[in-house]
Amino acid sequence: MSTSQIARTGGRIGDSVTRPDGLSKVQGSFAFTSDLHVEGCLWGATLRSPHAHARIVSIDLSGAWKIAGVEAVITADDVPGKPTYGLISSDQPVFASDVVRYVGEPIAAVAADHPETCRRALAAIAVVYEPLVPLVDPQDAIAGTFDPIHPDGNVIRHQRVECGDPSATGEVVVEGTYEIGMQDQAFLGLEAALAFPDADGGGVEMFVATQWLHEDQGQIAACLRLPPARIRLVLGGVGGAFGAREDISLQVHTALLALRAGRPVRIHYSREESFLGHVHRHPAKIWMRHHATAEGDIVKIEARMVFDGGAYASTSSAVLVNGVTHTQGPYRCANAIVDGWAVRTNNPPCGAMRGFGVVQACFAHESQMDKLAAACGVDPVGIRLRNAMSTGDRLITGQVIESVAPVVRCIEETQAIPLPDEPIGGRDGDALNLPGGAGLTADRSHIRRGIGWGVAIKNLMYSEAFDDYATARCRLADGVATLEFATSEVGQGFVTIAGQIARTILGVDDVLLEPISTNVGSAGSTSASRQTWMSGGAVDAACRKVREMMFGHIAQTWSIDPLRLVVDDYEVVDSLDVSRRITVAEATDGIVFDETVEYHHRPTVPLDADGQGDCHTAFAFVAHRAVVDVDPDLGLIKVVQIATAQDVGVALNPLSVIGQIEGGIAQGLGLAVMEELIVQDGRIRNATFTDYLLPTMLDMPPVLASLIEEPDPQAPLGAKGVGEPPCISVTPAIVAAIRDAIGRDLTRVPVRPGDIVGLDAD
Amino acid sequence: MSEHYTLNVNGAAHEVGDSWIGENLLYVLRERLGLFGSKGACEQGECGSCSVLVDGNLVCSCLVLGASAVGREITTIEGLGNGGPTDVQHAFVEAGAVQCGFCTPGLIVAAHHLLGHQPEPSELEIREALSGNICRCTGYGRIIEAVQQVSVRRRQARPA
Repeated sequence: MSTSQIARTGGRIGDSVTRPDGLSKVQGSFAFTSDLHVEGCLWGATLRSPHAHARIVSIDLSGAWKIAGVEAVITADDVPGKPTYGLISSDQPVFASDVVRYVGEPIAAVAADHPETCRRALAAIAVVYEPLVPLVDPQDAIAGTFDPIHPDGNVIRHQRVECGDPSATGEVVVEGTYEIGMQDQAFLGLEAALAFPDADGGGVEMFVATQWLHEDQGQIAACLRLPPARIRLVLGGVGGAFGAREDISLQVHTALLALRAGRPVRIHYSREESFLGHVHRHPAKIWMRHHATAEGDIVKIEARMVFDGGAYASTSSAVLVNGVTHTQGPYRCANAIVDGWAVRTNNPPCGAMRGFGVVQACFAHESQMDKLAAACGVDPVGIRLRNAMSTGDRLITGQVIESVAPVVRCIEETQAIPLPDEPIGGRDGDALNLPGGAGLTADRSHIRRGIGWGVAIKNLMYSEAFDDYATARCRLADGVATLEFATSEVGQGFVTIAGQIARTILGVDDVLLEPISTNVGSAGSTSASRQTWMSGGAVDAACRKVREMMFGHIAQTWSIDPLRLVVDDYEVVDSLDVSRRITVAEATDGIVFDETVEYHHRPTVPLDADGQGDCHTAFAFVAHRAVVDVDPDLGLIKVVQIATAQDVGVALNPLSVIGQIEGGIAQGLGLAVMEELIVQDGRIRNATFTDYLLPTMLDMPPVLASLIEEPDPQAPLGAKGVGEPPCISVTPAIVAAIRDAIGRDLTRVPVRPGDIVGLDAD
Repeated sequence: MSEHYTLNVNGAAHEVGDSWIGENLLYVLRERLGLFGSKGACEQGECGSCSVLVDGNLVCSCLVLGASAVGREITTIEGLGNGGPTDVQHAFVEAGAVQCGFCTPGLIVAAHHLLGHQPEPSELEIREALSGNICRCTGYGRIIEAVQQVSVRRRQARPA
């Protein structure tokens, strides 16, 4: 249970193996995409709209061309192929040409000899706008009171979920309206790409920091009107992602500038440009009403959810589906009526971020569970245990949970973790331990402590009939395994577990990893907690195929049935005569076994008009308990401890799993108490790290984690994805703890000092 | 683009030629001297990814003009070890303190600075000292663990 005692032996499945790129990362020699450079390379930069909604009257590039050192200037007129791109619907222009729909929308790009030359060139481009009234209130989009701001209309998707008896009711009814602010992924390694034009001008090789090489390849190829095979993408080192690199940002611009200039071009975003240039977590407003028996058994849930997708669709429709289908949380519910909308506005575009729609739903359903507990006179743990779902239960979509579903264990094992022994206001009377630190602010005698709970269900992999398969190649020769896959390593550690899988299956020590690129088939996206299951499944399958070939070869030599052979440590052994054995190195001496395998998850179906259908692939569960100290006078918060138990299936690498848990909790803590992009009239007001606050080492409490290992029979290695659950229910747990401390009905995250002090109270 | 000056980086003199006077030390280290270990993630001194030592002081290299560091002893992530990794670098790998790794060089420079000045920091002192370095992946737990491991090992290695 302690997070600091982790076994670290060997290099196989279940061991806490260290990262293969660890040493290069600590020594500063690991090549992130922004570190890649080449002699004669130009810098690229992007001109962006200062308006949330405006007609472009004219664009005059002549000023930019006059600046010495400028080698290319491009606009929408220079896009040779499809003028738009997008993940689910292709609705976003590579460059705006007639109208701009959000502050930061690209209009032109330049390539020049120095970043400062680029800045001057962008400043010299004269764009005349006719400002239009921006659509910034999602309700206006739903009501149809605003003219369409895009040919595809202002509603991206409406999805209803209706099941059971709509007239059902309970003796106890609780309701609330909850709001979730716009969170940013805020990965540290800013967007970057380096593109090399082919000599014939008919193709590009590009190093890029992305979550999904093949999706980028297809979208870039369409915009450049080139065959996908001529867009060769290599994963440059990626400094975190968390969803923000699933969409195209600088990819088409960089490739097109390189082709135009006939020279290598690199683009690096600044932090401000990064805030403008990638999608964010959808801000949402959710109304929920729970009906329950007097004892607290949920009878029916009604909900209405509105997700603000911003100017372009990105993954909004899938985020919405995640939201509405996770309305009930990890609790049984037979009757439900849910309506959800993802809408288009002139706010910054929103899309994927860790938790993907479930974060929003979970803040609402967990806030409701506490209200229900209070109304029924049950404690927060009791109400959750009472309603906890398990394998075989049916979701409000009609889908039966086939995944291992240890919800009760998650709650009970979290509860068993000791509460902090430090006194209210912190240890040793040290003022540094007070909420807000030693800034002559909090008065120790006023500090109040609270405890809160959150429990979550999260779907794994893609949904609604999407076949997000993964490909892996394994080559075994001379006792050395070589793996090739296009799985984006963004920091999560797939490169570590890929080696563990190969060593375990093949009985080898040496595993080489080929560069991650489009040279091999798609691995799908590094998102949706899917790569351990999907790319892990593909690596596992490829290694098993190669092992079969090796067994066949050995069996032929020994004239036995290959089914008798097993891998034992570094040897292949005849299980019916264990004295007969050969090392893998000897068995593969001078021989090459090579297999490429695609792994597909079970098929899913789209939701029907009533939100019914087996739309999700699998599920994982988690519980969080938060302890906070609050200064009610100043609205300052210190999170004292987070306890958690997470359903991981099998921990392929416990050290890695703990890293995902602690990191996810930090992001959920950020959403609870500090992280929000402040958007006014469509304009982000805090696009810097000075004003967009991120948890620091002083903000993060100790995390006590318990891993619940019940291998999932549907998962190729028994292991579930672990990336998203940690950041989902920790947010409502922290807010519940603050409510517990001060007795206020907090309905919005992030919680602001004024919400705690009660500035808005009568 | 015509400034010429000399910087003392990691114990060696480096000529900076043909530069623009407005380039910050981070840009000069990376783009002029090819030392890409220091990272830029905010360019306004908030994240600590670009941390280097200047005359032994921990500074954000994005906030210092390159030309203003003439005559100073500059130590970057590349100059911490004597060829091999330092104890802090080893501990970060072993403890699982590295995920994407973008914040890592800055954190390691800052951790060396801390342990150099305060060999046995309390957990709170570690949190205070490293709170200027933002990590978005790890939630900091393994980083604190790594620093504590180094502190313990150095104490054990000291003669009683």
